[in-house]
Amino acid sequence: MNDDDMVAIKGIGEGLTISLSPTEEWLHITETLARRIDQQSAFFNGAKLTINLGERPVPKYELSGLRALLERRGLVIDLVISDSRTTIEAAQALDLRAEPLHPETVLADPEFAETMPISPEEAGTTGVLMRRTLRSGRTIRSDGHVIIMGDVNPGAEIIAAGDVFIWGRMRGNVHAGAYGDETAVVCALDMIPTQLRIAGYITTSPADKRRKPRPEVAMIRDGQIVVEAWDNNR
Amino acid sequence: MGASNTAQSGTPGNNKRRARVLTVTSGKGGVGKTTTTANLGVAFARLGYRVVVMDADIGLRNLDVVMGLENRIVYDLVDVVEGRCKLRQAMIKHKQFPDLYLIPAAQTRDKTAVSPSNMVEITQKLRDEFDFIVIDSPAGIERGFRNALAPADEVLIVTNPEVSAVRDADRIVGLIEAANRGPAQLILNRVKMDMIRRGEMLSPKDVTDILAIQIIGIVPDDESVVPSSNSGIPVAMNDKSKAGIAFTNIARRLTGEKVPFSVLENSGGFFSRIASIFGGGNAN
Repeated sequence: MNDDDMVAIKGIGEGLTISLSPTEEWLHITETLARRIDQQSAFFNGAKLTINLGERPVPKYELSGLRALLERRGLVIDLVISDSRTTIEAAQALDLRAEPLHPETVLADPEFAETMPISPEEAGTTGVLMRRTLRSGRTIRSDGHVIIMGDVNPGAEIIAAGDVFIWGRMRGNVHAGAYGDETAVVCALDMIPTQLRIAGYITTSPADKRRKPRPEVAMIRDGQIVVEAWDNNR
Repeated sequence: MGASNTAQSGTPGNNKRRARVLTVTSGKGGVGKTTTTANLGVAFARLGYRVVVMDADIGLRNLDVVMGLENRIVYDLVDVVEGRCKLRQAMIKHKQFPDLYLIPAAQTRDKTAVSPSNMVEITQKLRDEFDFIVIDSPAGIERGFRNALAPADEVLIVTNPEVSAVRDADRIVGLIEAANRGPAQLILNRVKMDMIRRGEMLSPKDVTDILAIQIIGIVPDDESVVPSSNSGIPVAMNDKSKAGIAFTNIARRLTGEKVPFSVLENSGGFFSRIASIFGGGNAN
């Protein structure tokens, strides 16, 4: 087996995809890869690396060894592609972005599908779903989105990096886009929050007792928070 | 925690039944927990049940005062826990009802003198001999509250039709749900019908809209409550007191009897409207 069969390197845009043979001995592969990088360091310099590991199950210690090998040469893994659950899980454990090579086969395994981002749009999307009423004193924090099936009572609080959806009455405090995402929205079947924040903006509910409950969406538009009936958004 | 008994207690004095432990709590102070505990104790006793009322507010006891038993205290809950007396020695028999006992709190110690497991142990010892054990919880959500909640089969939340009291009650409902002690039932105390009619006070509907728990009693604001508490004669001993009737009705509902809310009606159809809100005109 020659070097190219063992370690195939392809340039795509500003990135490089390195495909490693799924069958060859791991030590042999990594030695070959290290040698090729050392021979052509200018070629590799600054590239976004995608590592395609095919069907090979790469345990965490091997993957972390590969990462160390690349890091010593100033290279960072941007993405790991694999059809092996072991490899994907190892990559996730090492905080590496991982995607299946053949999503259709991988996602047929429901347990695995659960841990996998399905499309680039959903990659990195996480959330909290709660099927209960949040009562006073309860705080929900999430680095993703928050979905509540139930009411959010006065004195309860939701802080989310992403969007907040309330399938119920929103009467507590809510902060969407808490890390500064001004595109974040807050939706509720009945929007009467004590205080509503999106990114760095803040508002309170008007003291209008004659209002009728209706689904509404709060978002930032023209530098202020606006709350609109859901109808207008369709 | 031993086997809980959430079934309805049987006929008064039935020896086969084990007691139900009812914990009366609120979060906020001053909404009427102690008054409610004392009155439920008296009401159960008048209905012929064997009852123990227990003051879990160590350091700030006052259930004994409201029950009119302050001058009979020899031993208290902390004495029992620390082994200075037998449980029976700390149980004070009521002056009029031979089947109504009070276990007073200690006045000199604080809540850490009693643990949740102490409370479970003590109630377990009483379960075979009584029909109801009613525990008066201290205000707050700390140790004293957890002590009172630990042995509870059922939780009664007392609140007033005020935003701050309802807010605290909501917090308590959440804590009770988290501790798997629910579902709690609600007693709305100090309701002034004329103020609700003028839109100046939260209505029972406003309160249950937020709390979303079953309401088991609506107690009207009644000026006779304060002098009754001061003299140690709970209003439930007075058949003419509106609040007393309301507390007795709560006790009857807790025994499984269907008592319509409209019984409380006294001025212009307000409670009949309430009754229709809660469906069928009764608490069950």
